[in-house]
Amino acid sequence: MSKRILSRSLFRPAQGVDQSILAENNPLIRSLERRLFLRQGLSLGALTLLTGCDISNKDSVQFVLKGFSSWNDRVQAWLFDPTKLAPTFSEAQVLKPPRFNAFYSIDEVKPIDAASWKLEVGGLVKDKRPWTLDRIDALPKVSQITRHVCVEGWDYIGKWSGVSLRRFLEIIEADLSAKYVAFECADDYSGSIDMASALHPQTQLTTHYADEPIGNPYGFPLRLRVATKLGFKMPKWITSIEVTNEYPGGYWEDRDYNWFSGI
Amino acid sequence: MTSTLPDPTRVLVHPAIVRVTHWINALAILIMIGSGWRIYNNVPIFSSIEFPLWATLGGDPDLTYARNSDVGFSNALLWHLAGMWLFTVNGLIFLAYGVFSGRYFRKLFPIRPREVTATVADTLRLKLAHDDLTVYNAVQKLLYLGVIAAMVLAAISGLSLWKPVQFQSLITLFQGFQGARLVHFLCMSAIALFLVVHVTLALLVPRTFLSMVTGKVRAPSRLSIDAAE
Repeated sequence: MSKRILSRSLFRPAQGVDQSILAENNPLIRSLERRLFLRQGLSLGALTLLTGCDISNKDSVQFVLKGFSSWNDRVQAWLFDPTKLAPTFSEAQVLKPPRFNAFYSIDEVKPIDAASWKLEVGGLVKDKRPWTLDRIDALPKVSQITRHVCVEGWDYIGKWSGVSLRRFLEIIEADLSAKYVAFECADDYSGSIDMASALHPQTQLTTHYADEPIGNPYGFPLRLRVATKLGFKMPKWITSIEVTNEYPGGYWEDRDYNWFSGI
Repeated sequence: MTSTLPDPTRVLVHPAIVRVTHWINALAILIMIGSGWRIYNNVPIFSSIEFPLWATLGGDPDLTYARNSDVGFSNALLWHLAGMWLFTVNGLIFLAYGVFSGRYFRKLFPIRPREVTATVADTLRLKLAHDDLTVYNAVQKLLYLGVIAAMVLAAISGLSLWKPVQFQSLITLFQGFQGARLVHFLCMSAIALFLVVHVTLALLVPRTFLSMVTGKVRAPSRLSIDAAE
């Protein structure tokens, strides 16, 4: 009985295993283990290398990523169909009030005095007289119920009314063959869009949301509405419009957000 | 095919084009999932699901904040919208080869339900049959077909999220923009789950991993001798 407890298996040698063979071949076993470890380590390393935080900020990586972003600008301009309208929705689906979004929080919104507010126009336009809110309100209005899509992934249906941007550019006799339309805002935000999108039938200078003058946290008195672009491409609290052939950039565009950002 | 090879004991299971596109796809998937998780974290679909920062791609939060005024969201978007080209172009080459060479029909079909249940039963009893790497078992066939379908659907739902107005019929198909977002998320989940199983099994049976590097495995007749390990 005692013997069986000592060596549980009948096949276990009574004298124990000769350790010298193991000692002799130890370097070989070690090297095999090392090779296996290396091989598995390499494949795991490849996995973690990508998810590691540091490579994104390398200049060479940034260079490649921005190269792709410029390429995407060109692809999107080519994909953009100037006659294709964004789908429209019913009055019942309109979100009231709209969703607030800016590069600061809602309690930091600075109110604008409608009486002293002016819209400057400049660049490749013939009529450079600034516009008061009354003059803009006197222009014929267009209306749309479309989907607003944010780059972050949220969306809502809204009703926007105002002046067609194409109509406005025609009134100020802008050079419609210019490349860009740029906007500056009271809150130091800025942005720019391509001329093809500016002339799209659903692009408008918005003065009203859900049939009411657009509220203060949402861009009073004038914001841009482009049904074919992401939300950040639509500046609010607009104070100036410029038509230009020189790339104007913008607040988020200068921070590596894709410039065209069409949807 | 075997007869033309110099060593009759080794057979080619993965032609070079399959190996190259497989590893490029592996890289593309890691870029897309890593950056996708950082984008997702910015505005999660499910408040209870958030991905750990270390597993995401989009740069060091502090460094990125200094440059982009966000903690890596814009950087992740750059990765995602660059990676989509690698993923799509490489994926199309992989699919075109698989279809036109007949490899898919040879390797992935037929799938017999009886074989599927038999393989599942074997697997549950930890009997992983891998003595012949030249053929896929029924579960492998299902998983590979499934993950290819998930990747195709991820690309289509991704396209609809990128261009919801230009491809508005796709958005209608996915029941709205948030529906497309959910489909995109579910495709990612399916691919990520597949990846866990796929990588685990490849590490358990390193021969399969090596065959995706060298393209070759030992001929099944010789393997069956030492399969009794």
